[in-house]
Amino acid sequence: MSSTLSIEPISSRQALRMARRAEFNRFVSRFRRNRLGMAGLAILILLVFCAIFAPLLSTHDPYLPDLAKRLSAPGAEFWLGADELGRDIYTRILYGSRLTLMIVLQVVVTAAPVGLVVGAISGTYGGIVDKIFMRITDVFLAVPKLLLALAFVAALGPGIFNAVLAITLTAWPPYARMARAEALVVRNADYVNAARLAGASQAYLIVRHIMPMCLSSVIVRMTLDMAGVILIAAGLGFIGLGAQPPLPEWGAMISTGRKFIFDQWWVATMPGIAIFLVCLGFNLLGDAMRDLLDPHLRQRG
Amino acid sequence: MIRVENLNVTFGAATVVRDVSFSVAAGESFGLVGESGSGKSTVLRTMMGLNRSWNGTIEIEGAPVKSTGRKDLARRAQMVFQDPYASLHPRFVIARTVAEPMRINGIDNSEQRARELLEMVGLPGAFGFRFPHELSGGQRQRVAIARALALSPKVLLLDEPTSALDVSIQAEVLNLLSRLRRDLGLTFVIVSHDLAVIAHMCDRLAVMRDARIVETLDRRQLQEGRLVEDYSRELLAASGDV
Amino acid sequence: MSDKPLVDVENLHIAFPREDGGWHEAVRGVSFSLLAREKLGIVGESGSGKSLSSRALLGVLPEHARMSADRLRFDGIDLLQASPRERRKLRGGRMSMILQDPKFSLNPVLKVGRQIMEAFRIGYPALSGAETRRRAIDMLEAVHIRSPERVMDLYPHQISGGMGQRVMIAMMMAREPELLVADEPTSALDVTVRTQVLSIMDELVTRRGAGLILISHDLKLVSRFCNRVLVMYAGRIVESLRADEMHNARHPYTRGLLACLPSIQSTGDPLPVLQREAGWANPEGQP
Repeated sequence: MSSTLSIEPISSRQALRMARRAEFNRFVSRFRRNRLGMAGLAILILLVFCAIFAPLLSTHDPYLPDLAKRLSAPGAEFWLGADELGRDIYTRILYGSRLTLMIVLQVVVTAAPVGLVVGAISGTYGGIVDKIFMRITDVFLAVPKLLLALAFVAALGPGIFNAVLAITLTAWPPYARMARAEALVVRNADYVNAARLAGASQAYLIVRHIMPMCLSSVIVRMTLDMAGVILIAAGLGFIGLGAQPPLPEWGAMISTGRKFIFDQWWVATMPGIAIFLVCLGFNLLGDAMRDLLDPHLRQRG
Repeated sequence: MIRVENLNVTFGAATVVRDVSFSVAAGESFGLVGESGSGKSTVLRTMMGLNRSWNGTIEIEGAPVKSTGRKDLARRAQMVFQDPYASLHPRFVIARTVAEPMRINGIDNSEQRARELLEMVGLPGAFGFRFPHELSGGQRQRVAIARALALSPKVLLLDEPTSALDVSIQAEVLNLLSRLRRDLGLTFVIVSHDLAVIAHMCDRLAVMRDARIVETLDRRQLQEGRLVEDYSRELLAASGDV
Repeated sequence: MSDKPLVDVENLHIAFPREDGGWHEAVRGVSFSLLAREKLGIVGESGSGKSLSSRALLGVLPEHARMSADRLRFDGIDLLQASPRERRKLRGGRMSMILQDPKFSLNPVLKVGRQIMEAFRIGYPALSGAETRRRAIDMLEAVHIRSPERVMDLYPHQISGGMGQRVMIAMMMAREPELLVADEPTSALDVTVRTQVLSIMDELVTRRGAGLILISHDLKLVSRFCNRVLVMYAGRIVESLRADEMHNARHPYTRGLLACLPSIQSTGDPLPVLQREAGWANPEGQP
């Protein structure tokens, strides 16, 4: 008996890990059957790949101007053409993917958790806590996202860091709303009641039961939101309040290309295509995630 | 053991339980039978402190529910819910579900004990590492029973424990409950819409309708058909044997 | 009873795609027939295929299901050859289905009265508005709804589950179907209402000559109400017997199901537990 006791905890942990891995494998195999989702994932993997290996993949220096070759058409030297300072657009798009990815990641690690926590607390406690939290959320939701971000950037000063901060401040309220709606359902579920009957505190219920159940909706929403975040970041860049020159931010690149759009269409179009592709990738992935994770869709199926 | 006196429960303007009184002796099994919406489940949930707006007296092992702490109450009485598909955390493996009440109450060795409990309800060994969606309805209800026993309560409140199950599975779960009651000396309060289930499981029962208890009987009175109220007779007629 | 069957099903198979790409056969070679004025009960546990078999008849299987049959006929019409439009027309008029949960069957944004009147209009397009309303109210009365005039003006969420179920039944009856499929129609109802609902269905069968298929897990109910009972297990019919002969069932599965029901006269002894045998799922396993 004593010998089995010393072995048991390890083996049970292994068994648990195996059970989890089996769950994960099932998820992966279901995901792989969704072709559009796989396409979206492929686009995003390409984005990450470009961001990491930008120096190796690039053909020029992203910042060094070469005025003699300004506005060169796409060709053997400049695959996607050159901009108004003679910089290679292909190289700048590669480096720009780093900025895009950074913005996306920062928003993910800030806005979604804030929204999740606010929403879960609000939905679980209800009453006055709920009222206060949700009215604050309403205030943020009442102002158009881009406008609010603009106001923040105007107050904080232009720059990529401030742009990210502004986007985060505008991005969390929808997550709070959604997490609250989920929490309202989950808090009355019998498995939560069972934990309550065992004497669990509200904090325990929120962390262990309610937040994990809101998580899948948050992930789906997050993936679908990423396209919007990228567009807002590009929008801020476009009007000169986001990333500042000479940073190769896609929105700012389109902005400078605007002047040449009729004669040198590639200057604005190439970063535009990059934005389009990445947004498409996030949307396709988001749709696939929703098909797999959304609890409401699941029940129907 | 259990005393409920003049219990009234209101949801907003509606009174869902009106003036309900009954008592259950230690080791006894008491049934509440009635249709959906008659208030019988609400009585159970209120006894466990899941409703707030009620008045009257509820005592479990002499402890008044209103003024007893949640954790103290948890060790006296536990509940098994009706829908085995909704009462287990979908993301937890079942050993964790069973161990959870012990973790919350800081009981040592909860993993080991969870394994023992699962074995006691007929789910030995590797079952513990399955997720609820990998189990059948009957197996899930066994898990819920194991979880309810985790804190070794003396009282088990069962809310339609088998109504979501097929009849052959129902028989297995009812047999398990009877065995546990005998072996562990438990006191049961069972809620069901099925008079035959109550007759099989309970020594005494109360018939509820429209938020009230219309009649309280013992098993013998029921079997001999000595019923006073028309409604109870109708229930009995509908549960006649094949 | 006439001897030409109202419903004739032979060798029905229904399968669903599995996660691993294979097919799960939920119904495996079911054959049965139903006469007019007959009440046929189908009993079985969840997953036995009892609901699917009659859904195939009405043509309301889930989209991803695969169905095949040697014969699937309703009143001489070959349903396998019928166009989707024809089948829809049959469903709206001559065949009807009552589901367990009225919540999913009533349109939540239309008043109850309007939905019943619409059902009448399908059956009797020539009726005037006032006449349709009068008939709808009569129909609600027939399903024992008190103050039907008031109920006509309510939305589905304003009525109780039991009342919703009776409204559903009123809608189905309004069309005077020749075939009524009732899938656990009374599970959500109080005993008192249950008796009424059953008697309304009985009236449809005996007075108007319809055929009824009652799908239920409740052996007691089916044996008391129906003429004939099919017992399904793992996608097959394991036994078919007259309802009043239920206690003489021969198949061990049927007998096991009957034995494990708790009884009012219980002595408190453990209930016999059904011991499943692998052979029951095979055609050769039938005694």
